[in-house]
Amino acid sequence: MELSSAQVIGAGIAAIGVGAAAAGVGYVFGSFLQGALRNPGAAGGQTGTLYIGFAAAELLGLMAFAVAMIILYAPPA
Amino acid sequence: MAAPSIDPMHQFQIAPIGSEALAASPFQFTNSALWMLIVLAVILIFMWGGTRRQLVPGRWQAAVEMLTGFVDNITRSSIGKDGRKYLPWVFTAFVFILVANWIGAMPFAIVGPHPFTVTSHFSVTGMMSIISFAIVLGVGFWKHGLGFFSLFVPHGTPAVMKVLIAPVEFISFLVRPFSLGLRPFIAMFAGHVLLEVFGNFVVQGLNAGGPMGYGIGLLAFVFVIFVNALELLVGAIQAFVFALLTALYINDAVNLH
Repeated sequence: MELSSAQVIGAGIAAIGVGAAAAGVGYVFGSFLQGALRNPGAAGGQTGTLYIGFAAAELLGLMAFAVAMIILYAPPA
Repeated sequence: MAAPSIDPMHQFQIAPIGSEALAASPFQFTNSALWMLIVLAVILIFMWGGTRRQLVPGRWQAAVEMLTGFVDNITRSSIGKDGRKYLPWVFTAFVFILVANWIGAMPFAIVGPHPFTVTSHFSVTGMMSIISFAIVLGVGFWKHGLGFFSLFVPHGTPAVMKVLIAPVEFISFLVRPFSLGLRPFIAMFAGHVLLEVFGNFVVQGLNAGGPMGYGIGLLAFVFVIFVNALELLVGAIQAFVFALLTALYINDAVNLH
């Protein structure tokens, strides 16, 4: 296999993590909405916690993207 | 005919501005520095226009008061009544990241200059997170002395668990500066790569012509509009998250836990 094609395949595999992080972020917001609909009065005070959870889940997806980019644009050895 | 290859990294290149003699000297003025100054100018004009202390606030002053009140609320709700002391840095970081993200997403290229997103470089956001952690460490050691290290052992931990939890907390603390700086940087970086790639699809689709080419061009164009709107939202969220996490980390240092 050509080295450059292996590079592209590797970047594609690394990008799977972005989809996993998408599921994580969706779960965070979905759970928040579920709780907020059951007790709307308490929802307003929890937006800060919501965004902390969002940031923690999103960071891993962003890192997967960065790894994919590093693999894709690394100089072919 | 092979389509011209897409180069999404070109937009992030830092290049010196000015004559060649200036570019060769060690005192370079780069496009990054230029756009940082533009961001500063926008912030200054916005704040000056709204801080004229009118008795009845106009629209402009109401907008500035909303912004300051929003950040004040972040520090007050996460640090407590001492939060006011740390407001200057949290506010600076929030407004700088917000304005830099939004200016980078503006379509100035229609009339000429390509906007440069200064927050799409780790050297900028990483420096900001280092400043945040200098404040955290400084405040922590100033207030608590060596007692600051009790941050790594949560209250009420059984003695057996203390041995296990302290290293985990320590590693988690060491990773924080990186994750804090990486987040706004990669979010902007990823968004602009996406915009560049799909913007190229529009051009290549129109160049190819035919119903297929125009169809793909139109689809990509609609997609670019939505991604641009999303980019504005992400820019605001990342600025908010940076300010919120900075406030939370400072809260750890002020109140321990």
